[in-house]
Amino acid sequence: MIEFHLDTRSGVAPYLQLIHQVRQALRLGLLREGDRLPTVKEVAGGLAINPNTVLKAYRELEYEGLAAAKPGVGTFVTKTLTDDSIAAHAPLREELDEWLSRARAAGLDDESIEAIFRSTFRPQPQEDAV
Amino acid sequence: MTAGSAAPEGRPPGTPPAAAPGELPRRTPPALDARGLGKRYGRRWALADCTLTIPAGHVVGLVGPNGAGKTTLLNLATGMLEPTTGTVEVLGGAPASGADQLAKVGYVAQDTPVYAGLTVAEHLRLGAELNPGWDDELARGRIERLGLDQKLKAAKLSGGQRAQLALTLAIAKRPELLILDEPIARLDPLARREFLQLLMEATAEQELTVLMSSHLIADLERTCDYLIVLVAGRVVLAGQVDDLLASHHLLTGPRRDPATLPADQQVITASHVGRQSSLLVRTDKPVHDPAWTVANVDIEDLVLAYLSRAASA
Repeated sequence: MIEFHLDTRSGVAPYLQLIHQVRQALRLGLLREGDRLPTVKEVAGGLAINPNTVLKAYRELEYEGLAAAKPGVGTFVTKTLTDDSIAAHAPLREELDEWLSRARAAGLDDESIEAIFRSTFRPQPQEDAV
Repeated sequence: MTAGSAAPEGRPPGTPPAAAPGELPRRTPPALDARGLGKRYGRRWALADCTLTIPAGHVVGLVGPNGAGKTTLLNLATGMLEPTTGTVEVLGGAPASGADQLAKVGYVAQDTPVYAGLTVAEHLRLGAELNPGWDDELARGRIERLGLDQKLKAAKLSGGQRAQLALTLAIAKRPELLILDEPIARLDPLARREFLQLLMEATAEQELTVLMSSHLIADLERTCDYLIVLVAGRVVLAGQVDDLLASHHLLTGPRRDPATLPADQQVITASHVGRQSSLLVRTDKPVHDPAWTVANVDIEDLVLAYLSRAASA
């Protein structure tokens, strides 16, 4: 079982936050195949959020093949994500660590590093620029 | 009281009659359907030319400054006020037009009033006597979970407990539409959260449409999936929250005359400082211009933008 929380200052839509938390719990092995997700009523009542928000998140998880609804019983996890988890991507992480050390050595502070990452990460409709 | 909805001058041309034969069978009627609705007090229009359709199944936040007409709109919907112009239908019927209609709509007035001299148990008995669809099990279950002493007089309850009692009575009536006028404005943060938890749980359980006025935008952000902004008696924004958030963007970039923007970008607010312009625009298309840094907006940005636009108009 998972307990959701909501960060209203994050600017991330609440339904996306729920999805992220399920994915995160799957990656970390906190949720496994066969586990039941809390009911819509439980989540809506617990977080004081709109039930449609929870439904939307669960529908999206179903669409992604991560969960399936059993009518009258609940929504269940149908997949485990631990295999392609962070552990499996250790080399990528190491490269990023190296890059971060180089960036810090070059005198960049956290904010500048984030700015570089964000501006590079942005998907590219830039081509038709200028 | 009105004699049904047949007031001949009340229905503007173009409004379809209820359930026209031969047409596609109507799905659930809208929770609220207002056409040219207005209410005047003396020379002042508390609500003017309001045309608005709220689909059923949403939790609707009604936002606006004090005196914008929120309570007037809600009171027209409950049938406690008669419109000066136009019509309003609630769940397909005229407000308060009969026992059936009354049973379909639950109403919690401003400051969640209860009967100070009656005990909690007496409130429940009153609810059972007055409401044909009363769900006693639900009412008692909630009172128990809230830990309210049934022998206590309502006057002895805290503000939060009174609000919970009023909400419980309205929910146990098992309405299709629940109208709440500023239910949480005077509650402390904990009581406010508990009230909204109970409300959202009931919404999940009962397929309820909720129409709630408030100026606590942070609370609406969690609970509402439909938003109406009312300013000076007029609706300035209405729609599903997801659609509204997806179609509004905050653009910042080099100073620019808003008139030079693409035609599909409607400027809601604009400010220019030095070499920089910040624009809040509404558009259904993505913004590709590389000169702009595009940011998403939240409900608060959106509400404030529309309020300030209306104030400067």
